[in-house]
Amino acid sequence: MKQFQYIRPATQQSVLDAITKPGARILAGGSNLIDLMKRGVTSPDKLVDIQKLPLKGISKSTGNVSSISIGALELNSAVAENKLIKEEFPLLSMALNAGASPQLRNMATVGGNMMQRTRCTYFYDTAMPCNKREPNSGCGAMEGINRMHAIFGTSEKCIAVHPSDMCVALAALDASVEVKSKKGTRYIPFTEFHRLPGETPQLDNTLTTGELITRVIIPHNNFAKNSYYLKVRDRASYAFALISVAVGLDIQGGNIKEARLAMGGVAHKPWRLKAAEQFLKGKPATVANFEQAASLAMQGAKSFGHNDFKLKMAPASIIEALSNAAKLS
Amino acid sequence: MKDLDKGFQADENHEPKENARRDFLKKSSLLTAVALTPGVAVKAAENHLDEKVAAAFEKMPVNIIVNGKPHKLSIEPRVTLLDLLREQLHLTGTKKGCDYGQCGACTVHVDGQRVNSCLTLAMTVDGKKVTSIEGLAKGDELHPMQEAFIKHDGFQCGYCTPGQIMSAVACIREGHANSETEIREYMSGNICRCGAYPNIVNAIQEVKNGGQQV
Repeated sequence: MKQFQYIRPATQQSVLDAITKPGARILAGGSNLIDLMKRGVTSPDKLVDIQKLPLKGISKSTGNVSSISIGALELNSAVAENKLIKEEFPLLSMALNAGASPQLRNMATVGGNMMQRTRCTYFYDTAMPCNKREPNSGCGAMEGINRMHAIFGTSEKCIAVHPSDMCVALAALDASVEVKSKKGTRYIPFTEFHRLPGETPQLDNTLTTGELITRVIIPHNNFAKNSYYLKVRDRASYAFALISVAVGLDIQGGNIKEARLAMGGVAHKPWRLKAAEQFLKGKPATVANFEQAASLAMQGAKSFGHNDFKLKMAPASIIEALSNAAKLS
Repeated sequence: MKDLDKGFQADENHEPKENARRDFLKKSSLLTAVALTPGVAVKAAENHLDEKVAAAFEKMPVNIIVNGKPHKLSIEPRVTLLDLLREQLHLTGTKKGCDYGQCGACTVHVDGQRVNSCLTLAMTVDGKKVTSIEGLAKGDELHPMQEAFIKHDGFQCGYCTPGQIMSAVACIREGHANSETEIREYMSGNICRCGAYPNIVNAIQEVKNGGQQV
């Protein structure tokens, strides 16, 4: 690991001052950043450890629309085990527990989880070209071993996927992200936080320099009773998703009043299935409808050889996850 | 001390220039010695690791309580907790397997929570309590989980064992050892290449069902 400066500011203002400088990176749990630094994928000049900031806490606010706020430094394990989260958003709890290992969940924070980089092996291998790591150096995955890679929203520059489970659930739950900078506070809809690779795959998200994630806000919904997170992976636990599906259904009298669907392991960002959601709205919760929703969700999918299997696995996973959420299986 | 004072009195609003910083770092042996000496500067460093401190020191002060024993150390910021335990404190029970957070051999407890020490910068553990495998036994009396691993043959080569045991203790404390399925899920961050998994599960179940204090 290359040498760097380490600072641990005690106030948010000092953090905001420090992160505007070139080469500075925020350190939260470090479970991904330290890994990347050890491998030479990233080499910050300065780490700004934000653990002294008061960005913990899970609280409920009741206003016109009630919501739950989760501090950016809350640990993944703490959120997954939190009573309020388990009651109101079991989908988030399930997704968090499907991610990483118990040890890593004790380190990884909510904000850090959002900022984790892709697990594309070509991104990690500094001997290989990668447009995300080294803009305009080429893409090793496009014609390489790409079984983990994207089938939606790809570009000629990049076919990497976002590795988070938590983010798939948050995208489905219509969360928003509170971000602070010297300019003030802004809120980013979770589905617009991460971005597609396009011409600039080096950019994972829409944060700008000098911005700090402070919390995530999830509005109240009626999906708690019919939620499911399905993760398909190479081993039973502790592996990244080949395909994952987050489902939240509001079922009343056998009919779907509202549906939320997002997929992981298929795109550069958590992939919301808006067409399928729209289709399911107002329809009975039946396998036949789920099959149609899955086929709608797959429109525009494109595979790259080793990941051809995802074109079959993805719709099957959508149907399975919907059936589980609706308690049909 | 003159040089050090100069370093700390750098202009409030400006970081020392890069060249100046490099020159300054060459005197790191002096700085390291100073870092171990109590004084106003070191107090400042401990309480508030700001830009000026980071720019002045190649090594930084860190206070860690390991297995109940407080340590006042001076380290480079890039030192991981794993390397600090093994190389500086000579607590070699904690093992370096993959060094990338994939195998769990380096598992220790920080303030009671199990973490991968290979991905933990030692600086971030400042002021916290670390328990490594050496901290489980009470003198010659092994921890119940250590006894159970021996009884159930929870290992072959033994390399992953310290991490497995630290994780197993945490698994019970967290309340995630209620069934074989749950134990397997919550022990998934610890890889055993010899494949001693069934025996590890048996060991954990025995300790859990025995209701012993872990």
